[in-house]
Amino acid sequence: MSMTPDWDAIRADFPILDQEVHGKPLIYFDNAASSQKPRAVIEALDRYYERDNANVHRGLHALSTRATDAYESARVKVAKYLGAASAEEIVFTKGTTEGINLVAQTWGAKNVREGDVILLTEMEHHSNLVPWQMLAERTGARLRFVPVEPDGTLALERLGEWLTPEVKLFAFTHISNSLGTINPAAELCAAARAVGAVTLVDAAQSAGHLPVNVQEMGCDFLAFSGHKMCAPTGSGALYGRAELLDAMPPWHGGGEMIVTVSYERSTYKKAPGKFEAGTPNIAGAIGLGAAIDYIEGIGRGAIFAHDLALTEHALAGLVSLPGVQVQGPRGRRGGLVGFVMDAAHPHDLTTFADQHGLALRGGHHCNMPLMKKLRLPGTTRASFYFYNTMAEVDRMIEILTTAGRFFA
Amino acid sequence: MNSELEELYQSVILDHSKRPRNFGEIGEGAVQVHGDNPSCGDEIDLSVKFGAEGVVEDVKFKGMGCAISQASASLMTMKLKGQSEADAREMLRAFQNLVTIEAAESPRMLGDLRLLAGVRKFPQRVKCAMLAWRAFEQALERKAGGDVSTEEA
Repeated sequence: MSMTPDWDAIRADFPILDQEVHGKPLIYFDNAASSQKPRAVIEALDRYYERDNANVHRGLHALSTRATDAYESARVKVAKYLGAASAEEIVFTKGTTEGINLVAQTWGAKNVREGDVILLTEMEHHSNLVPWQMLAERTGARLRFVPVEPDGTLALERLGEWLTPEVKLFAFTHISNSLGTINPAAELCAAARAVGAVTLVDAAQSAGHLPVNVQEMGCDFLAFSGHKMCAPTGSGALYGRAELLDAMPPWHGGGEMIVTVSYERSTYKKAPGKFEAGTPNIAGAIGLGAAIDYIEGIGRGAIFAHDLALTEHALAGLVSLPGVQVQGPRGRRGGLVGFVMDAAHPHDLTTFADQHGLALRGGHHCNMPLMKKLRLPGTTRASFYFYNTMAEVDRMIEILTTAGRFFA
Repeated sequence: MNSELEELYQSVILDHSKRPRNFGEIGEGAVQVHGDNPSCGDEIDLSVKFGAEGVVEDVKFKGMGCAISQASASLMTMKLKGQSEADAREMLRAFQNLVTIEAAESPRMLGDLRLLAGVRKFPQRVKCAMLAWRAFEQALERKAGGDVSTEEA
């Protein structure tokens, strides 16, 4: 392990954090929804638009060459970041949701038949649930769910009850966005492989927070969003194992994804080109590449350790508050805490916090079925990133203490 | 404490959210309406019994949600009971103005509902205050009966 990063200097790289909200210093604890961007990423976008902006893969002029090089070198960065075997296994998307929909509508349409089972878990974000419901509706496949135990973990010792040979695809989240649970992705992928099921990992909450290596994990697909890991909104990528991507039909038709076109028919590029119709989000991809450089400069191991320290500190503070229940597992978990305060509904608490400069998220976190199962009207969530501090966590506990009295 | 918060969560509002009035269901002969705020998960089941010429004879609600949505529903049921259809519609219009327009007047007919004027400083909370009223609007439109659903606009 290298030396401890200089967290104060790192925080200073994020211009947005230096501001007041409602007259109070901003405490940004809504990182699971979207992270802030360091100057390095903002400047990469500026540089692109001020010097290199042009369409990719088609111009023969200097700017188009530069834009293409920058776009394709971002793809190489994503491939290395995820430990993919090659850059051809990386499809640029506008985020996790688009990546999952791409798989559902191409791989799913080709491979899923009536009577097949799509296995999910009860803790999936709507983005890893609704696309499969839509696929099941079209194909007659059935959905099945691995239950969540009261402690917020999956019922792993009984996994075999649900992960049976009828399962065509097992799609699960790496880190739950509402519970903070870290699922044992490598173990789940191995179990799926043993019954011949293809796996898709929703890495929205993990890609920017801990080391993710698709080959070590053994997954077939993995989707993530750039905006939750310092990159611009509308950036992201889907990893797909080459063999699977090559066998999949294209998705959107249009320019850029074709080899030859006649009035009657067309032939398509190989992956990843066949999945990137139209002018892509070039700036977004370049920004994602810059975000990866920035994150790798700190180190994902150090980021995860920092997340965990903040989360443990927050958990200790929250459980000491009267009438507060914390959701999700104790111990090793993702950098977020969902909780319920008896005296105040999550929306009232979130409004209260906002008036004190504290940005939290209140609601169902796109986990409506899970909230129903847990019999909760929603939770309030604090989610951390490496630029957050222990002092901010202390301040949050003070604000919540005041809120408890205010709403009592 | 911050004055906008004090204004939003006045003691009457917190009291109604914790001890909602007219909480429950009217059985036979009432129009039943279900309303949702899909972005936040708040829900309401409103039953309205209309009498001759559309007079609101009785109104009750059941629901789950934040202090603003619950207090607004509770205060609404108290004010609507016994109103003519025309007055009920006028209240709906006046209340919507109250929570959305910065310089809106605060007509006396709204009574304690005027305490919800603080919502106008919190645009993302307007849908909470309006949830019960949207359900009531649906009830007016569907006086014939049967379950209907309202969704956030």
